Amino acid sequence: MNDRRYPEAAVDRFEPPPIAFADREGREVEIRAYDGTEETDEALVSMYTAFDPSDRAQGIPPGGEKRVREWLEAILTDDCLNVVAWCDGEVAGHATLVPDDDAYELAIFVHQTYQEAGIGTRLISGLLGHGQAEGVEKVWLTVERWNRAAVSLYEKIGFETSNAESFELEMALRLNESADGESSDGESDDRE
Amino acid sequence: MKVLCGIGGSDDSIRALERTVDRAAVAGDDLTVAVVENPDSAAEIEEITRRAEEAIADAGIDAEVRHLEGDPGSRLVDVAEREGFDEIVLGGGQTSPMGKITIGPIAEFVLLNSMTSVTLVR
Repeated sequence: MNDRRYPEAAVDRFEPPPIAFADREGREVEIRAYDGTEETDEALVSMYTAFDPSDRAQGIPPGGEKRVREWLEAILTDDCLNVVAWCDGEVAGHATLVPDDDAYELAIFVHQTYQEAGIGTRLISGLLGHGQAEGVEKVWLTVERWNRAAVSLYEKIGFETSNAESFELEMALRLNESADGESSDGESDDRE
Repeated sequence: MKVLCGIGGSDDSIRALERTVDRAAVAGDDLTVAVVENPDSAAEIEEITRRAEEAIADAGIDAEVRHLEGDPGSRLVDVAEREGFDEIVLGGGQTSPMGKITIGPIAEFVLLNSMTSVTLVR
């Protein structure tokens, strides 16, 4: 897993949260960094226990409140970066960066009620803006290769395929230039 | 049931070993543990073999521990089919830092190629 290839150039700047906007259904949505309060934790539990299992990805979110709580406990720690999309006092979506050696693994979930309304794009941009501000350099994710909508969203954001040989497609992105000059910023970027 | 449990030393394969040995003790399975060369695992063949023998002794059952050389996935499928095994048992994969399940190349090959039933232990 450590020979993952990352794009040489870092992506452009993303706006960090808070970000307020109206989604394509006209609903007022606000993306905020995770605040660590019990209210937010409970709102996240509610979103995930009501999550349609047909949208699960490689086992997450897990089924049932007990497993949801165990999983959230592991990714809502201080070393992870989390952002939440709020709508009308409830969680519409959640995105997270979980540390993995010198990089972070990304995942994003939008509740079925709020899908296909442009929230996912704003949510992942908010998460990456948060990550950039916190100095995160490298991000990777896996996605089922049949999930065209997700793959094209990740590509639009700047992710590139880093491994296509497994069950799932693996994609990677460079969020900030590396402090030790690992990324060659002298080369011209001729992608598109 | 004639069971072939393939292990290469990864954490999930050790869990599969323990579960399969426990089941064999209760169900009276005819168990063979195949130690394979998993390039993704740092564990030595001798160490894995010793663990398998210990687990078998602890459960008080009689089972063969065999070393399969060469490509792990294809060797497991081949042995299972040629020797009339009823089931292949493997570790169910690792989880990423996020908690996502990932299936390794050995399990992937076995799942897609085996005519014998396959159990992935989670």
